[in-house]
Amino acid sequence: MAGYKPVAIQTYPILGEKITQDTLYWNNYKTPVQIKEFGAVTKVDFSSQPPYNYAVTASSRIHIYGRYSQEPIKTFSRFKDTAYCATFRQDGRLLVAGSEDGGVQLFDISGRAPLRQFEGHTKAVHTVDFTADKYHVVSGADDYTVKLWDIPNSKEILTFKEHSDYVRCGCASKLNPDLFVTGSYDHTVKMFDARTNKSVLSVEHGQPVESVLLFPSGGLLVSSGGRYVKVWDMLKGQLLVSLKNHHKTVTCLCLSSSGQRLLSGSLDRKVKVYSTTSYKVVHSFDYAASILSLALAHEDETIVVGMTNGILSVKHRKSEAKKDPLPRRRRPAYRTFIKGKNYMKQRDDILINRPTKKHLELYDRDLKNFRISKALDRVLEPSCVIKTPEVTVSIIKELNRRGVLANALAGRDEKEISRVLNFLIRNLSQPRFAPVLINAAEIIIDIYLPVIGQSPVVDKKFILLQGLVEKEIDYQRELLETLGMMDMLFATMTRQESSSLLEHTSVEFPDKKKTALCCLNRTKKNF
Amino acid sequence: MVEEESIRVVHCGGSELNFRRAVFSADSKYIFCVSGDFVKVYSTATEECVHILHGHRNLVTGIQLNPNNPLQLYSCSFDGTIKLWDYLDGILIKTFIVGHKLHALFTLAHAEDSVFVITNKEKPDVFQLVSVKLPKSSSQEIEAKELSFVLDYINQSPKCIAFGNEGEYVAAVRDFYLSVYFFKKKTTSRFTLSSSRNKKHSKNNFTCVACHPKEDCIASGHMDGKIRLWRNFDDDKKYTYTCLHWHHDMVMDLAFSVTGTSLLSGGRECVLVEWRDAAEKNKEFLPRLGSTIEHISVSPAGDLFCTSHSDNKIIVIHRNLDASAVIQGLVKDRSIFTGLMIDPRTKALVLNGKPGHLQFYSLQSDKQLYNLDIIQQEYINDDGLIQIELTKAAFGCYGNWLATVEQRQEKETELELQMKLWMYNKKTQGFVLNTKISMPHDDHITALCFCNAEKSEIPTLVTASKDGYFKVWILTDDSDIYKKAVGWTCDFVGSYHKYQATNCCFSEDGSLLAVSFEEIVTIWDSETWELKCTFCQRAGKIRHLCFGKFTCSKYLLGGTEDGILCCWNLLSCTLEWSTKLNIRVMEPDPYSENFAAVSQSSEGSDLFVFKPSEPRPLYIQKNISREEVQWGVFVPRDVPELFSSEAHQWLNRSQFYFLTKSQSLLTFSTKSPEEKLTPTSKQLLTEESLPTTPFYFILGKHRQQQDEKLNETLENELVQLPLTENIPAVNELLHTPAHVLPSASFLCSMFINSLLLSKETKSAEEIPDDVDMEEEKESDDSDEENDFTEKAQVTSDPGLEEDIIHQLSKSEEKELRKLRKVDYSWIAAL
Repeated sequence: MAGYKPVAIQTYPILGEKITQDTLYWNNYKTPVQIKEFGAVTKVDFSSQPPYNYAVTASSRIHIYGRYSQEPIKTFSRFKDTAYCATFRQDGRLLVAGSEDGGVQLFDISGRAPLRQFEGHTKAVHTVDFTADKYHVVSGADDYTVKLWDIPNSKEILTFKEHSDYVRCGCASKLNPDLFVTGSYDHTVKMFDARTNKSVLSVEHGQPVESVLLFPSGGLLVSSGGRYVKVWDMLKGQLLVSLKNHHKTVTCLCLSSSGQRLLSGSLDRKVKVYSTTSYKVVHSFDYAASILSLALAHEDETIVVGMTNGILSVKHRKSEAKKDPLPRRRRPAYRTFIKGKNYMKQRDDILINRPTKKHLELYDRDLKNFRISKALDRVLEPSCVIKTPEVTVSIIKELNRRGVLANALAGRDEKEISRVLNFLIRNLSQPRFAPVLINAAEIIIDIYLPVIGQSPVVDKKFILLQGLVEKEIDYQRELLETLGMMDMLFATMTRQESSSLLEHTSVEFPDKKKTALCCLNRTKKNF
Repeated sequence: MVEEESIRVVHCGGSELNFRRAVFSADSKYIFCVSGDFVKVYSTATEECVHILHGHRNLVTGIQLNPNNPLQLYSCSFDGTIKLWDYLDGILIKTFIVGHKLHALFTLAHAEDSVFVITNKEKPDVFQLVSVKLPKSSSQEIEAKELSFVLDYINQSPKCIAFGNEGEYVAAVRDFYLSVYFFKKKTTSRFTLSSSRNKKHSKNNFTCVACHPKEDCIASGHMDGKIRLWRNFDDDKKYTYTCLHWHHDMVMDLAFSVTGTSLLSGGRECVLVEWRDAAEKNKEFLPRLGSTIEHISVSPAGDLFCTSHSDNKIIVIHRNLDASAVIQGLVKDRSIFTGLMIDPRTKALVLNGKPGHLQFYSLQSDKQLYNLDIIQQEYINDDGLIQIELTKAAFGCYGNWLATVEQRQEKETELELQMKLWMYNKKTQGFVLNTKISMPHDDHITALCFCNAEKSEIPTLVTASKDGYFKVWILTDDSDIYKKAVGWTCDFVGSYHKYQATNCCFSEDGSLLAVSFEEIVTIWDSETWELKCTFCQRAGKIRHLCFGKFTCSKYLLGGTEDGILCCWNLLSCTLEWSTKLNIRVMEPDPYSENFAAVSQSSEGSDLFVFKPSEPRPLYIQKNISREEVQWGVFVPRDVPELFSSEAHQWLNRSQFYFLTKSQSLLTFSTKSPEEKLTPTSKQLLTEESLPTTPFYFILGKHRQQQDEKLNETLENELVQLPLTENIPAVNELLHTPAHVLPSASFLCSMFINSLLLSKETKSAEEIPDDVDMEEEKESDDSDEENDFTEKAQVTSDPGLEEDIIHQLSKSEEKELRKLRKVDYSWIAAL
């Protein structure tokens, strides 16, 4: 026949932020390490090779940090003016950077002096990148031009003059050595092909473009500018999605290592995480200042954010907790579990399945066997009371439904009854638990009325409970007064819809409180 | 064209199955139970009803197997007759007319041509046990007037009478005493419990009695839950009793197993207790049987028990206390809050079932389809406990959604209210809980209805409550990137001067919502939720509210508590007509403009069928029932019928069912009830109905050592039933892949041969000859195949079973080779 039905635990909607896999994943970082730089941090770039160092561009210096170091392990400071956009080559051995004076400098990671200097831009170079074949450098400058340089003989190969405003961002394709994308303050993002010496694609972003990003597959392009982040289909040149989740200009973009999440940092001091399948915000981080640059390490181990106030915030992922310091209990060998499971059915055998055993919680087991007091004791354990008060309340409700709550509460000693009272004091004023707990409180008062005065501990708890109820009643009275005032205000208003919605907040609640008050008054008289 | 007859009120199934103890057939294959005026025969294995024995003209009150012929069944009824049936064919053999109301029936093996019945001769509440001599005669109807009195002043319930030790004595209990009548000595001894003499209100009344089949031992059940085992009762002084106590409430029924080694008891706790060796500590339990155990019976073969429950259910239980089958009728244990509904998918009648469940009951097959657990909590059956009640339910959106409301009110101020919304899952073919809303309103919900308009995109539900509000709930998309989900949320809350909302109803096209607030009907626009207009008649609270359908969709009907039926015209916003009619039930027909209204007066209930457009009713039937009619519903017919006369036309497409206060389900029909009820399978397998269960082989052999009668037949049976699995040829045939087997025409003869019994050589020879003939006609020229048929003929010889395997494999090889050849050539051609 039908088995035992476990007690239905009342669930309550969780207020505030929902807990999802993403919030768990992105909250699993340690508290950030703050590093003070000389000026606004305009660029953070991770080397794609171990040990995954990162280059931080701030003011006229480029610092290279190790993964866990708080001090730079190397500094490039040979810039006359502000340096921009220090970027590692794919193999992590070369570094290229632009500067305010229009020069592009190429450094060896181990060296100090620049290996190459590409001269040709007349104004500040804000974006530089290596092409996929590692032998060329793309640069975009405030003189509206985009140039392609050859590293071995430090020559300029091509110049594109298609933009009509500052070129502030760019990105080279990871797959095709000839393709790269630049974004400009003329609101366009253009894709150039080194083989054709002109742009092959141009899309209109609508705002000055601050950052562009190519997906690893090269099929999708993300551009940010103004408050918008836009995703473009590269094959059709069409807008796929337009995201407007920031209050201020979006300054930087970044992909998570899995490619499943897109991160955007903005001047509104927030980093938002989007899912790349639905383009919905799944998580968001807050920072202290406006964000200018953002980078994720290999496997999302570290999030580095550079801000306008020169602070570099570095967050490391929490290492997997090392559990099991105790020697593990010896478990039965594998063959015990498969015993009989691999038996093949013979011809005349009749197969009989053993009914699957349903797992029951401990309190359910007690209730199943009508051990009511024990079930109540179990849910009054401190661990249960603190973590899951709704379970305790549900069991009290179930006992009440079975008509045995008084029996379960009766016959307790000082320690046990104070445990029950503690729980009541803690949760009685919560509206979601109040109907059940007020009833329980009444029963307790009825049962233990004759013995009041015998134990100072219990008496103290009763007085505490009484104070709590009195406070709650005052609070409810005030609420009702407010409600009355609001009613009057609404009555004067001509619109009628809103009044009907707001009227029923908590009218019947005070009645219940009154009954509790009566009981408590009785106890008061007894004192 | 259906022949025009007058419309009658007929019972339509759903009668009690738990009125009396069920009876097993001798081989435990069938179980018999009384069901209203009929006796039903169920198969214990499949739970199907195989026969309905009808013939009695009043409630059947007792059934027993004929002890002299286990293929026959006696039944007695309030109509004063005892009937003898052949249950295998469902034929009435004989009718014995006794003439008095018969309350119970007992048979004894040694009392050959007499049975015992309980009657009340003179006074209505004085019952007697009498023995009736059944005269031998060939005629169908025989008068049986030869009554001999056995015991007087007994309880009318057959549970209080038991015959013991092969009919040496009969034990009867009533109130505080147990009386035993010895047939041989013709004396009656009477025993009372010592405690009951002293205390006036002690609770140890006798409730039931059972006798040990072998020993002189009587078990009696008591009000306080004790079971007493009486011994040495042939002596008035030396009698002793022992006490067994587990039940905390009244013992409802007791039964000894066939051998008498264990005693079964049951009661309100819904637990079947098996007491082994009559010892307090040796007990086994079968818990959670669902509802109070009313009766317990044991099969003569001893392998099965069955318990009848108060929720109209019979559970067949194995000897090892495993429930094996459940025969469930319409649950009638409790009051019906939800009313009658029709599930749009299964066309089943839906109403309150077991505690906390909704039952889906098929009207066609008089069978419960399934139970939907709504409350999903452990049911504690205890006196005076306030249970959670399922108070309201409604289907919406063509059966895709089900809304249910459950409540529990312990005190005036403490109301627990929960609304649940269930979605139909096509994959699992059942309802799955989607949304749970606790405290949807602050007071009782009085009505709930779905918007069933075709054009509405968003499923909408409206609930009206005593707290003065009605709430509109809509289905909203609750999905995010992790999962897809839908849920219900409150969309609008409306009220009208804080009056209690009593009813709500959507118009046919879903554009208007009518909500009645006590005496006032308000009409709301379902698009903007604006109050459009109000109707007020000042004729008491509105009890029923419904929009017209089809051509009458411009009318709104309302029935009030003061007995006024009003019809408003929605186009002109005026009262169209009103009439004085004290309406209990008002139901619209889903397939026509018709409404059925049942009015209540002091004489009885009357039915009116009318259209809102005409104040004159289409059809009136007076006095449909003497009791108050509580609920009614129109059930669409599977096949529309064609009544030509105007009075019958309202029955064309749907049928009106109604439920009275005593919970009998009635309907209107021109046919007699016998024609309506169709048992699922008329034919009964007339195979050996003597016991062939494995259990019987063990027990039966035991008996035969004493009897030494059936020995031969039994051995025959053992030989005669070779299981098909055990024949190697058949096995070979079934386990060879189909593509390597020769064609079916070849295998046919061999297959049949293998099934033939080795002893019957004559018939075995005949059949292969025939097959051979056919074979020759069909077969082509290939020698191999002819060869094969000849060999197949040889196999008819009983002693050559091993050869069959050999032959078959050979032929297979040939076939295989052949197939291979064909295969290769085909590929080569490509």
